[in-house]
Amino acid sequence: MTLYGLLFYILGAVLVAATGLAVTRRVLMHALVYLIIAFLDTALIFYLLGAPLLAFFQVIIYAGAIMVLFVFVVMLMRSAEDEHWSASFRHWLLPAGLGFVTLGAAAAILLLDPQAGVQLRLGLATPRELGDFLFRKYWLAVEVISLLLFAALAGSYSLGKAGRKESKESRS
Amino acid sequence: VIVPFAHVLFLAAVVFLMGALCTLLRRNLVMILLGIEIMLNASGIALVGGSLRWMNLEGQALVLLVMAVAAAEVSVGLSLIVFSRRFTGSLNADAQNRLKG
Repeated sequence: MTLYGLLFYILGAVLVAATGLAVTRRVLMHALVYLIIAFLDTALIFYLLGAPLLAFFQVIIYAGAIMVLFVFVVMLMRSAEDEHWSASFRHWLLPAGLGFVTLGAAAAILLLDPQAGVQLRLGLATPRELGDFLFRKYWLAVEVISLLLFAALAGSYSLGKAGRKESKESRS
Repeated sequence: VIVPFAHVLFLAAVVFLMGALCTLLRRNLVMILLGIEIMLNASGIALVGGSLRWMNLEGQALVLLVMAVAAAEVSVGLSLIVFSRRFTGSLNADAQNRLKG
């Protein structure tokens, strides 16, 4: 196993562990911190797989913007109310069992695939290449995304405004 | 040589499954949204791996677009959560059963 392979397995193990811990935390803030670790870890995996631009964006957008948004919202809602875990262990058993069966099937398919042994070779897509490709072939999608982001901005603004009006009315 | 492609896909599948279980089983609205983020993250790993496997840039471009969609989705989702918490006073998904504005 090469050094890169070893690095991939270490990063993968950390990713799975951090995500698993995040999913099972009862306190929201703890889950968020574990998830930030998971996202930074994903950024390193992207870098390892030859996508430096995506690694930077993963840090900036996911670990930066999105998780900070989550942290702010959790901090704004003062009472860190305890969540009832949905019913009980028995409630979890069936979906989790089905999930593991699916995972086993996925592992079998991936391993039985005649091309399973295909090794990834080191590659690198420079930011220039990716940007060039994106704007040459998917410029329309980029425009649509910008519209979508504007719609999200307008939507969350109007939701915030409507909520403020409602709470003012209910107080008077 | 890094690793077999199948191992990348399997890692993505494990993380995706955890995100799906988080979305389906947790009753806290914030945790449900986090589960969706985890699933998008897992799909990103699979796409970047595929991009390296076939040495073309489609996968990486798709991950970039997915990131932008995730940002939009999170901002609207979180403002919806804050909004609905004003009415129900709870983050529990089971408490959000009043559709009447």
